Amino acid sequence: MIARLWRLLPGGRSLVTSIPYLWLLLFFLVPFVIVLKISFSSTVIAMPPYEPLLHWTAEKVMQIKLNLGNFAFLVEDNLYWIAYLNSIKVAAISTLFCLLIGYPIAYSIARSSPSMRNILMLLIVLPFWTSFLLRVYAWIGILKNNGLLNNFLISIGVIDQPIQMLQTDFAVYVGIVYSYLPFMILPLYANLEKMDLTLLEAAADLGCKPWQGFLKITLPLSVPGVIAGCLLVFIPAVGEFVIPSLLGDPGMLMIGKVLWTEFFNNRDWPVASAVAIALLLFLVIPIMYFQRAQDVEAGGGLHR
Amino acid sequence: MATSPRAAQQKFEPWTDPDAKPYVRIEKITKKFGDFVAVDDVTLDIYKKEIFCLLGASGCGKTTLLRMLAGFERPTSGKIYIDGVDMTLIPPYERPVNMMFQSYAIFPHMSVEQNVAFGLKQEGLRKDEISQRVNDMLNMVKLGPFGKRKPHQLSGGQRQRVALARALVKKPKLLLLDEPLAALDKKLREHTQFELINIQETLGVTFVVVTHDQEEAMTLSTRIGLMNHGEIVQVGTPDQMYEYPNSRFVSEFIGSVNMFEGRLTDDEPSFVRIACDDLEAPIYVDHGVSSAPDATVWAAIRPEKITITREKPTEADNWASAVVQDIAYMGDMSIYLLRLDSGKVVRVTQPNAYRHADDRITWDERVYLHWHATSPVVVTK
Repeated sequence: MIARLWRLLPGGRSLVTSIPYLWLLLFFLVPFVIVLKISFSSTVIAMPPYEPLLHWTAEKVMQIKLNLGNFAFLVEDNLYWIAYLNSIKVAAISTLFCLLIGYPIAYSIARSSPSMRNILMLLIVLPFWTSFLLRVYAWIGILKNNGLLNNFLISIGVIDQPIQMLQTDFAVYVGIVYSYLPFMILPLYANLEKMDLTLLEAAADLGCKPWQGFLKITLPLSVPGVIAGCLLVFIPAVGEFVIPSLLGDPGMLMIGKVLWTEFFNNRDWPVASAVAIALLLFLVIPIMYFQRAQDVEAGGGLHR
Repeated sequence: MATSPRAAQQKFEPWTDPDAKPYVRIEKITKKFGDFVAVDDVTLDIYKKEIFCLLGASGCGKTTLLRMLAGFERPTSGKIYIDGVDMTLIPPYERPVNMMFQSYAIFPHMSVEQNVAFGLKQEGLRKDEISQRVNDMLNMVKLGPFGKRKPHQLSGGQRQRVALARALVKKPKLLLLDEPLAALDKKLREHTQFELINIQETLGVTFVVVTHDQEEAMTLSTRIGLMNHGEIVQVGTPDQMYEYPNSRFVSEFIGSVNMFEGRLTDDEPSFVRIACDDLEAPIYVDHGVSSAPDATVWAAIRPEKITITREKPTEADNWASAVVQDIAYMGDMSIYLLRLDSGKVVRVTQPNAYRHADDRITWDERVYLHWHATSPVVVTK
């Protein structure tokens, strides 16, 4: 009898697998539903500054007021389009540079001696020991007009007037590439490091010069690592707020900053929520489609 | 060459012909990794259409030697010639040599066809010629219907054949096989051995096979080169290696053997007699031995060349008395472990020729061992 009752309780295995679901439920799904709810309400001057979606009339009838105006507003106002496209452009270019810089780094670490690898990987994650905000601030000191970089260029005689670097797009790209580079290197390294090097010997045996072996074997086999790295850089870079605020041109329109302005300056929580929901859909739908295409093509073979 | 075509067909022994030119010549090759000498001054001639097996325990240098033939390692000193051309410093991608890797090293992102076509595309051949040759090769290794499959959809045996096809389709002058059958189960291995020999005979490619499995070496090869500590210990045909080992190491590595240590008491050109502390009767061998008069010698006797009887042999030589310590019934034969009075255990195998043998020798019985004067091999090192 007791044994039968015991069996009704969830087993250890389902307890363990439920942990990530619980986490996602608490910290992703619940906040998402709240934001979604706010995005369909309208602003009022109150605390909180939006109308509730549900309320009971005097006749005890439940009323739902859905305001689609916030989303319509996003489409009507050019500002949002420009901010979205600009954010995607900045994120895409930054991701490309992270890939171009990160791939050779990950490759050379993966091909160095095993004892060297751990030291080099430690150095890659070392910047995480300092706060992200402090590291971005440090770039102000480097890039400003009488900063380290300008002073250095003047002292070696390359330029005689300081170049305006801070508060330009250039500074934003530098900041994003610098901050997110480890997120590109880590998955790429994990992929390249586990590659079977006899495959390259086999390619050489079949007539490939070393660079041909790289193009035909290493590069195609590292595609899952490239995709993982690009997603890890691109997704946070699109919504990036701190780096453009500190290093960029104040007039530069990026969606993270628009969100901030709507939320804190305009106190328009419903529009800010709509901006956030639209951004999520913008990113999630193509990424899900892309990953599914990847899985179908790989057929599980690459992920053994 | 003086032999008639028919005789040549019956007997393929170019190494006995002083006029035959070796196809692969390994000349005083040494390879060091730091202080460690992996291959030590190896000189070896391999002839066209041979299946030459490099046999040895792991770490004996056989794989390093193979990798130097492929071009993956550069010898510290010495030279390698293939078909008369010095290949010592030629990189792997320019050698007329292909290798089948132990792990097969099949490209996981390509289909079976793409894997096999890879080397031909690299040569820049025409598309129709590539697909023709790929098809022929896939049919030859019986993978015709599997061309579109990805490697992870294949069984171990099929992957092995993809690796073989990919290397053979390039029509290499020399095919190197690193433990080609190690990853297959026993039944499949036996079957594949004969398939491999068939393919080799059809295509006439010279094979160099690395293996640690002496049985595999015996069935596959025209000749075996047994390696130990980076050196070639003996080169010979499988039967030479088994029946005429040149040292204790060779006779113990290939097959099992009973080794009797002793001294020569009679040393004549036509026979010798060896006194052995483990045996009551001396060992009589019907041929002469070249050895220093008082040096220790070893008589190696194979288990199947000893007979077991209940009656005491009447001869003065070549027998011993023993007690049956253990019997292992293997089906086709039985293995007897017999303890001599000195405590030494002798291994004897007897075929089970009759189904009903009521009077089989059994445990703890006192028996006599006997062997023929031609059976012992006398080695001096």
